Amino acid sequence: MSGSIHDVPDAAPERLRWLKATVSAFNANKTSWFGLVVFAIVVVLAVLAPWIAPHDPLEQNVFSKLRPPFETYYLGTDYFGRDILSRLLHGARISLVIGILATIVALVVGSMIGIVAGWYGGRLDIIVMQTMDMLLAFPALILGLILVAMLGPSIGNIVIAIAITSIPSFARIARAPTIAVKEREFIDAGRSLGFSDLRLMARHVLPNIFPEILVMGSLWLASAIRTEASLAFIGLGVKPPIPTWGGMIREGFENILESYWLVLAPSIAILVVVFALNILGDGLRDAIDPKLKGER
Amino acid sequence: MGAFLVKRLMFSAVTLFAVLTLVFIVIRIVPGDPALVILGDQADAAAISALQKRLGIDRPLFEQYLSFLSGAVRGDWGVSLVTGRPVLMEVLAVLPWTLELTAVALLLGAMIGVPLGAWAAINRNRMPDYLTRLLSLVGLSFPPFVSAILLLIGFALALRWFPVISSNRATWWDWFQSIALPALNLALIMAAYITRVTRSAMLEVLQEDYVRTARAKGVPWAVIVWRHALRNALIPVVTVVGLYLSILIGNSVLTEIVFNRPGLGKLIIGALNQRDYMMLQGMMVIYTLIVVVVNMLTDIVYAVVDPRVKLS
Repeated sequence: MSGSIHDVPDAAPERLRWLKATVSAFNANKTSWFGLVVFAIVVVLAVLAPWIAPHDPLEQNVFSKLRPPFETYYLGTDYFGRDILSRLLHGARISLVIGILATIVALVVGSMIGIVAGWYGGRLDIIVMQTMDMLLAFPALILGLILVAMLGPSIGNIVIAIAITSIPSFARIARAPTIAVKEREFIDAGRSLGFSDLRLMARHVLPNIFPEILVMGSLWLASAIRTEASLAFIGLGVKPPIPTWGGMIREGFENILESYWLVLAPSIAILVVVFALNILGDGLRDAIDPKLKGER
Repeated sequence: MGAFLVKRLMFSAVTLFAVLTLVFIVIRIVPGDPALVILGDQADAAAISALQKRLGIDRPLFEQYLSFLSGAVRGDWGVSLVTGRPVLMEVLAVLPWTLELTAVALLLGAMIGVPLGAWAAINRNRMPDYLTRLLSLVGLSFPPFVSAILLLIGFALALRWFPVISSNRATWWDWFQSIALPALNLALIMAAYITRVTRSAMLEVLQEDYVRTARAKGVPWAVIVWRHALRNALIPVVTVVGLYLSILIGNSVLTEIVFNRPGLGKLIIGALNQRDYMMLQGMMVIYTLIVVVVNMLTDIVYAVVDPRVKLS
């Protein structure tokens, strides 16, 4: 524990370090770039939806219902004669907003729980992590659908329900590196300078464990989008007629015998987004921690 | 082993108690009066208070908690608000369907996933490895209902190999036809998980000293892989399969809906749609029981497979 005040690393270089690490992680695994590019394209399409969608996603036209794809409508029309492509583009907004918000809430709350549990250790750690493990053991989809069913299917409630199911995972991810980091010399140094626990956790522990949390964030975003679609398919999504991918599959499923393309377009959309995020997160994780290669 | 079993059973009992408490909290902490949710906003006050009395939610919270706990343990899970039959009976009636589906899927998933994972590991960073990893990542990206619908379109609508809906189980052939597609759907997703875990476990084991010793002794490579390495690599796989149970349960719910197959999944969705509050509560209890029991069995299997394991 020798060394003067000047040896205490500040948060700024740490932050720069993880940015550099992220870029080199991307370069180490080229498939991550592919995932990022595909996901970015989907985000741009979703943002631009009101301007690029050929039709109003809610506009019904009884004279052109259940049209097959590649005639007058690129992807055909649904039972109410609504343009599938336009609904797909607008549906992307709901899926992404819910997925991203739920992941951010889970990431923030879960990391805070994990860091605090790892930092203080002892009985608090045991009780908190046991609770998290129990939450983790309970099937996420069941928990999610009970919560949404009881709270009501609004965007905010769906976000909360999905976030609750993934908070334990983030808590576990944040806790382990916190325990390792808190034994490091710069923490002792900070403590001897009279820094508060809060400052140490926020400014010195968090930047050090952030890359790992962020990588898990991309994998959990994939999972959140999948869960949102599953809930919507069950009928616990944002209320119709607002288009969601899961909801479109639910509606299309009723006409699957004669018009199978109704479910095909949103199915492929979900698959592409989730796969892009998985390949992105998977590659990043391999680069950051080669030991975990291929594990989930 | 005896001491281990006793310890593990006690741990399970504590977990069960804790998770049931969590279930109770989740059900009660949610804002909104269940009676109001069931009857709707327009219901008059007398009807609401009558239903509150029937549900037992007019009593003090702690009293409700005690009766919930003792009821859950004794198998008294209340009466379905829709059918009027005991929740336990309704659950037991469909439980075999779900267990059968899950068991077949797990078996099939392991039969696909373990060899694939081992194949990828021994061909590390070569074509089979890349191919397997890509395939397993695709498998992990499928929302279970999407893969189920694609299977339905492909094998039931286009190829007509299987009926679209079938719960007829008169003969073995009927049974096979009714379970094939749902089980395949769950198995493929399960296989994606198992492949990845087997692969990384194999990679670790293949670097062990005893593998090098065996090679030096001149033991044939195939014997090393299949007898020495894989057997040891399967130990973590067992644990991970146990951990993925909660995912498998969620997937089975969606699969049962798509294939219109009886089971816990259809029961819980029906209860949701009809606002059968008692049934939902009972479903949470049965899922808790399943998770706690399977986790315990996983640990015991783990201890049997690997005698080095001691409960810490």
